[in-house]
Amino acid sequence: MNNTHTLKKKKRRRFKDLMPLYIMLLPGIIYLFINNYMPMTGIIIAFKQVNFAKGILNSPFIGLKNFEFLFRTKDAWIITRNTLLYNLAFIILNMIVGIFIAVLIVEIKHLFAKKIYQSAILVPFLMSTVILSYIVFALFSSENGMINNSILKLLGKDPISWYNEPKYWPAILILTNLWKSVGYGCLIYIASIIGIDKSLYEAAQLDGAGRWKRIRYITLPSLLPTIIILTLLSVGRIFYSDFGLFYQVPMNSGTLLKTTNVIDTYVYRSLMQLGNIGMASAAGVYQSVVGFIVVLLSNWFVRKVDDEKALF
Amino acid sequence: MLNSKGNKLFQTFAHIMLGIMVLLVLLPFVLVFMSSITDETSLITNGYSFFPKKTSIDAYLYILQQGGKIVRAYGITIFVTILGTSINLIMSTLMAYPLSLKKLPYRRIITFYVFFTMLFNGGLVPTYLMYTNVLHIKNTLFALIVPNLLLSAYNVLLIRTFLSVNIPSALYEAARMDGAGQFRILISIVLPLAKPILVTIGLFTGLAYWNDWTNGLYYLSGNEGQSLYGIQNLLNQMITNIQYLASGKVGGIGSEVAKMPAVSIRMAIAFVAMIPLLVLYPFLQKYFAKGITVGAVK
Repeated sequence: MNNTHTLKKKKRRRFKDLMPLYIMLLPGIIYLFINNYMPMTGIIIAFKQVNFAKGILNSPFIGLKNFEFLFRTKDAWIITRNTLLYNLAFIILNMIVGIFIAVLIVEIKHLFAKKIYQSAILVPFLMSTVILSYIVFALFSSENGMINNSILKLLGKDPISWYNEPKYWPAILILTNLWKSVGYGCLIYIASIIGIDKSLYEAAQLDGAGRWKRIRYITLPSLLPTIIILTLLSVGRIFYSDFGLFYQVPMNSGTLLKTTNVIDTYVYRSLMQLGNIGMASAAGVYQSVVGFIVVLLSNWFVRKVDDEKALF
Repeated sequence: MLNSKGNKLFQTFAHIMLGIMVLLVLLPFVLVFMSSITDETSLITNGYSFFPKKTSIDAYLYILQQGGKIVRAYGITIFVTILGTSINLIMSTLMAYPLSLKKLPYRRIITFYVFFTMLFNGGLVPTYLMYTNVLHIKNTLFALIVPNLLLSAYNVLLIRTFLSVNIPSALYEAARMDGAGQFRILISIVLPLAKPILVTIGLFTGLAYWNDWTNGLYYLSGNEGQSLYGIQNLLNQMITNIQYLASGKVGGIGSEVAKMPAVSIRMAIAFVAMIPLLVLYPFLQKYFAKGITVGAVK
């Protein structure tokens, strides 16, 4: 009798003790439920023929029809190809340029200059894609753009109508992205170079290894785990792209779609501009599901390389 | 001897390469600024240029005098950034602290609940339909604050890891002995010790709010929506209008063009939108750098 009484008391005290913690968790749990979990159930929209008069819940199921329509279009192939190729280009170029700059910055002796370089490289990272689109527009607009007005004129070449020529956009978008995000990776590389054991360098120097040899045989191999991890993490996001970069920077120009349309922009256009909810949600589900599989795979690889760095 | 010569050569090479890099990074900003102080007619005849033939500060005077819309958008951006970042920080900390305690029952399940949102999402269509048709946040200030930016699972997990690594549980026990409740502990022990990570995450969240224009694009429309435009959406609207008109898709261009701010004014507004970041950056640089490496190393 007495025993159960104290047990109850203990339980009650434990409850009183833990309750505030659950109360703290509540706002976040509710927010994630609304913002993230409720939309997950909305995936059924992709399997329905949405009829707003009947409401989404009462609209008839049509199985995989929406997906059939989507994959019968040329768009499905174009947006998949563009998304993958752009991301691959970003990953490779950002890595090479990032490492190159990081190695140079680390080797700089002059401390003040080093600091300036290091700070400058991150500035574009702060800018919104809207600002990016202004900068690209200032360079490439056909009437006022600096490239047409100053550079091409100086070279005696005819102006180019950049916003109507799809073939230039892969280069423009890849360089714009590089400009914006190279500093991010670069800082991580700098941090991991600084973390390399100094005695390795001293030993190599005693053995008569020059700077190039030290970079080649110590710095780069030591960076390899970081490189692999960063690459795998970005591969995990390979089915997603920066919406602003592909929508805003090319100014949503229809003539450029062949080389600027990616899954994210396709979903947005189908939903908002064409009002084609079927296609939009089919493409969205395609992106989420394949994206999920890619994340799982890349995480599995990360785990193989370095257990600690894996997401889960 | 030879080594030091090679060293000098290398240093020169590195300075030249990095010098070029700094120019490439900074020149676009210079271009925006120079265009904003270029005389309008000179801009139209000669295009954007680093060396304007004729300078003028008319664009900035215009913003000062007539910029009701611009000042308003700027105010909205500041308001949304401060409010959104504060709520985000409060909610993240409130979640991270309990999850950092090993004794909390169901800790693993709740952590997975948070974490899973990083792996899988419903996509734009269901999210959009839910926010517009179920929660009706279209054309309200909530649209700029709530969707996607208000809490990030990644940040919660970062703070949680920081707390469990940096705060010894003996500290909590001592506080409990003194009779402190959980909220008391959170405020007087956790918050002061978590300051470094909170500053970093606050900065990144603030940056995300300041630069966000997609929520405005998705959830604000019509005249009602436009009155809530932040500075990024205002800029976005101005530049897309220009492109739309230039593409010749609409008739009766004259009146529309007349309503549009001149080229130099647009550049001036773009520059004004960048100023807070450029001014604060030297002070915040350290935290940004730290945040990036913390995020990557986990």
